Amino acid sequence: MTNNMNPHPPTQPEISIEALHQGDRSEFARLVDTYSGPIYRLALKILNNPQDAEDVLQETFFKALRGIQSFEGRSSLATWLYRIAVNEALMSLRRRQAGQVSLDQVAEADQEPQEPLEVADWCCLPEEELLTVEARQFLDAAVEELSPPLRVVFLLRDIEGLSIRDSAETLNLTETAVKTRLLRARLFLRGKLSEYYQERLAEVKKP
Amino acid sequence: MSEHPFCQEIFKSLSDYFDGGLDEALCQEIESHLCECENCRIVIDTMRKTIDLYHITAPSPECPDGVRERLFKRLHLEEFLKREAKGT
Repeated sequence: MTNNMNPHPPTQPEISIEALHQGDRSEFARLVDTYSGPIYRLALKILNNPQDAEDVLQETFFKALRGIQSFEGRSSLATWLYRIAVNEALMSLRRRQAGQVSLDQVAEADQEPQEPLEVADWCCLPEEELLTVEARQFLDAAVEELSPPLRVVFLLRDIEGLSIRDSAETLNLTETAVKTRLLRARLFLRGKLSEYYQERLAEVKKP
Repeated sequence: MSEHPFCQEIFKSLSDYFDGGLDEALCQEIESHLCECENCRIVIDTMRKTIDLYHITAPSPECPDGVRERLFKRLHLEEFLKREAKGT
């Protein structure tokens, strides 16, 4: 697995599923300490609200604690936890938006991507222009504009670093669907960033 | 991006191109197309830069202390709160 949700320092042994099955609480505490950081970050990025993200984090590990006996190790612990967390986060979004995360959004997410329009080459902008406080806020706001089905795929693949296969397993989607959504999300973000940085480019070039 | 018939092909293969899912022959074909098609090169470069920027600016995957503490309490794991897992 090529994700960065594998933050064991090399000196620490892997989490033992056997110990978890035997109800070893200290092993469960180690599981929590290993994965709570990435899960919290993911929830925060999906929901953009610290309180809701904390609720999702707690609910995820609460459900994991209750359900650990039925975890058979067919997927990795990371994928299993991400799956619970994503479901909790999407439910939280639905509650907040009163049903706005609709089937329409899912259908839209799976449509063929549109070709990119903006072809400004802003890659040459210096790092300090690309990473201003304002630019960082713009990046966050652009992710928020993605519909939840696209946002989740983008976050799992491009922020959490899950492989296409693990993302598909986490979301119970085909790899093809993950790729389609990922392309749509990346194209959307590239388009938004191109609009933004094109303006910066014009300012930099001003005499 | 659509002046050249091959641009369409690139567009369809964009995600695989970034995620390493393309066979070598197609990869090479794309690379050589990029040398002659400015629009495709820009789209691919800015796409790569977009992904990079999100990587660079991603917050570190850590729970704030208060969040961790409340999580452990909710799970009745208070006795393990002191076992710091941060660092080695």
